Amino acid sequence: MAEFFDMGGYALYVWGSFGATALLMLIEPVLLSSRRKNALRNVARLNRLKSGE
Amino acid sequence: MSNKLINWFKFSSPSTFYPLARHISFWSALIAIVLLVIGLYLSFFVAPTDYKQGEGYRIIFVHVPAAWMSMIIYLAMAFWSAIGLIYNTRLSYMMTTALAPTGAMFTFLALWTGAFWGKPMWGAWWVWDARLTSELILLFLYLGFIALQSATDDNRRADRAGAILVLVGVVNIPIIYYSVQWWNTLHQGASVSVMKSPSMAAIMLQTMLLMAIAFWAYSFAVVFNRVRSIILEREADSQWVSDLPEVKALDMGN
Repeated sequence: MAEFFDMGGYALYVWGSFGATALLMLIEPVLLSSRRKNALRNVARLNRLKSGE
Repeated sequence: MSNKLINWFKFSSPSTFYPLARHISFWSALIAIVLLVIGLYLSFFVAPTDYKQGEGYRIIFVHVPAAWMSMIIYLAMAFWSAIGLIYNTRLSYMMTTALAPTGAMFTFLALWTGAFWGKPMWGAWWVWDARLTSELILLFLYLGFIALQSATDDNRRADRAGAILVLVGVVNIPIIYYSVQWWNTLHQGASVSVMKSPSMAAIMLQTMLLMAIAFWAYSFAVVFNRVRSIILEREADSQWVSDLPEVKALDMGN
């Protein structure tokens, strides 16, 4: 197990690469989901404004 | 004759495209997850240790797919920009806008993973070499496009200005691709080429290609998801958007 994480002495470089890639590819969908929620909320707000006129 | 062909222009309407994009995004996400699981397994447990670069070479399984996506997404942006300028379809511009953040992300990752590969193999995080410098310029093109769009309030002007920027910048793509041939460079030549058989072990190559397809599917999933939000943002005033069930559900909630 420790040998696996050591990556033959390349641990910093291998995990630095895969880690950064995994992090960004997980963050992007989260940001997208909040962008979608905001967009939908904005449309609903416009609907309320229109119906209030 | 004409009724035998698919009417592509039908899908250039945001209201028709919005539900289609949902299906594309969903299935692409599913494919991406499955391929990433298999790809990561192959990357760490099946692909053998490299005789020259030891375990360090495994960076290739994220570096090369990220670098390919950085160029492919830019070409896709150039395609939609050209379609937008020719046919003046607003959905084409929305596609260009939706592609940019993902393209910028993969460009950053190509540079980042490249640095983490260069340090142990070349002894330097960064060198001002043709391949690295042209890829850095690609990152600036993406960031320039995003900044230009957000600096202009008028969507139509932002779209056209952005499209022209993207089309001018497309000259950088062949420069990146051929830089390892045109200049003396530290960066190794292409491991995979259309013209000659690949210079790497079959299982390494297959793993890399699988990861590339996974990144491709991931890009489809996030870009088609983002374009749906862009449609909602830009068409917020239109009747079909206010009639959407997901909007109605929010109306009820308040």
